[in-house]
Amino acid sequence: MSGGPGRRFAVGPALPLLPFLLFVLVFLVVPTLTVVLGAFQDEDGRPTLGNLDALTSEAALTALRGSLVLSASTAVIGAVLGALLAYLVFTMPPSSLLRRSTLAVSGVLAQFGGVTLAFAWIATIGPVGVVTMAVADLAGIDLYGSGWLFGLPGLVVVYCYFQIPLMVIVFAPAFEGLRPQWREAAVNLGASTWAYWRHVAIPLLTPAFLGAMLLLFANAFAAYATAAILVSQGQPIVPLLIRQAITSEVLLGQANVGFALALEMIVVVTVVMVAYSLLLRRTSRWMR
Amino acid sequence: MSPSPLFRIVRAVALLAFAAYFFVPLLAMLDFSTQVRGSAPGRTWDNWQYVFTDDDFRASIVYSLLLALFTVVLMVALLVPTMVWVRLRVPRAKVLIEFLCLLPLTIPALVVVVGISNVYSWVTYLLGDSPLVLTFVYVVFVLPYAYRALDAALSSIDVATLAEAARSLGASWFTVIVRIIMPNITGGILGAAFIAVALVLGEYVAASLLHFDTLPVAMADIYRSNGPAAMAAALATMAVVSALLLGLTFLSRDRHKQGASS
Repeated sequence: MSGGPGRRFAVGPALPLLPFLLFVLVFLVVPTLTVVLGAFQDEDGRPTLGNLDALTSEAALTALRGSLVLSASTAVIGAVLGALLAYLVFTMPPSSLLRRSTLAVSGVLAQFGGVTLAFAWIATIGPVGVVTMAVADLAGIDLYGSGWLFGLPGLVVVYCYFQIPLMVIVFAPAFEGLRPQWREAAVNLGASTWAYWRHVAIPLLTPAFLGAMLLLFANAFAAYATAAILVSQGQPIVPLLIRQAITSEVLLGQANVGFALALEMIVVVTVVMVAYSLLLRRTSRWMR
Repeated sequence: MSPSPLFRIVRAVALLAFAAYFFVPLLAMLDFSTQVRGSAPGRTWDNWQYVFTDDDFRASIVYSLLLALFTVVLMVALLVPTMVWVRLRVPRAKVLIEFLCLLPLTIPALVVVVGISNVYSWVTYLLGDSPLVLTFVYVVFVLPYAYRALDAALSSIDVATLAEAARSLGASWFTVIVRIIMPNITGGILGAAFIAVALVLGEYVAASLLHFDTLPVAMADIYRSNGPAAMAAALATMAVVSALLLGLTFLSRDRHKQGASS
């Protein structure tokens, strides 16, 4: 390789990185800074804290509460059911076709969202959905009710559709990381199956489980498209309130409130993702 | 240790319950998309035909496919030379590049779109008001996935030796990257491309808020007037995306096999 001692700090070798850095600057850094700075400016560009006051308004607090409830409940449900599914799959032999296809399908469904997912659930438990009709015919129960599918409860059911598979693909490696030798060692020392799980497996899996739960939380908190299609009335979660703020032509100065709400999203997701990476570091200590 | 019969039964029941939750909505969509309009009895493929004959739908499908192609090309053109160069000449910049590539994981897509309107008024001023300008923001969205796939592929080959050998034989940097490095990381590039295509075909946030008629936006619009056709389009997208992502898992398994045997 060329390059004498003097070139160590030269800018020259870094020049080919410029196109990439410029691209990221224009299409990622500038938009993010626009949001962060815009949150502290009024519509004329003067500095203000007024937008942050808007975060404590009734509507903003309701949306934040809705987002937190939605993210937390789908993270817990997704994590528990996803871990259960991962465990069931883990008890099958590694060569099992069912095991491999469950993992492959989970990889697909974890990416599933947006318009298609909303449609799928409308077709299932919407006003004339397949399951709604079947339940009405067979049991005479009105599953659709007053339209809960198009509000917060509906979002919980729908979000779990991608949260559970995401948990499976994130958490399955943790089960595979449990070495059979540890179990043999515990059994040799006289541990029952319960004692092995209680004192060895569960303590080892806990950081990975909590970390995956945080990832699921951030995933649900940041999701927008499914809710945008599904929710018909009101703004029960923060992303939909942001949409209202930036598309509203009635209320002036709402764009900067939208920035403040977007900043709120960045803060929540960043805090959760930092906690996630800390837990991940802890898990990687014993995995492989 | 083989599981007890009772456990096997419980496991089978639980797996069936999961399967019902995950597959009934897909079957429901299929059922919806083949219904005759006006809830007359019988089955029809007219709605599926409509997806490919309606002008709005066709235009949006073409735009979405072109967007997928452009996103993959721009992603590879930006990332591969940058990542190779960082490994060879400026290893100190690796932390920065990795940080920037993984940044979209902590900044929700919605936030990027909210802040990007000023940038896009320039982009549409310079390049015209075609949906294809979405390519730029889509490359940002796929950065974390593409970076991971390419980083894993580059780590599995000896970039420095390959590049030195080619350079000492008189190859230009362009030749080194396009004809030496890239053929050796096709697995990683394909993996990155698959996930990029899957994301672009379903992307709704940027397209709807920046007002471009891509396939998902067209589906949401047409749903109000022709629900079954929109369902058919959604299911078709889902099938293509599933095929791509399933292909991806087989691809990565083959890579593991190679690694184990060598």
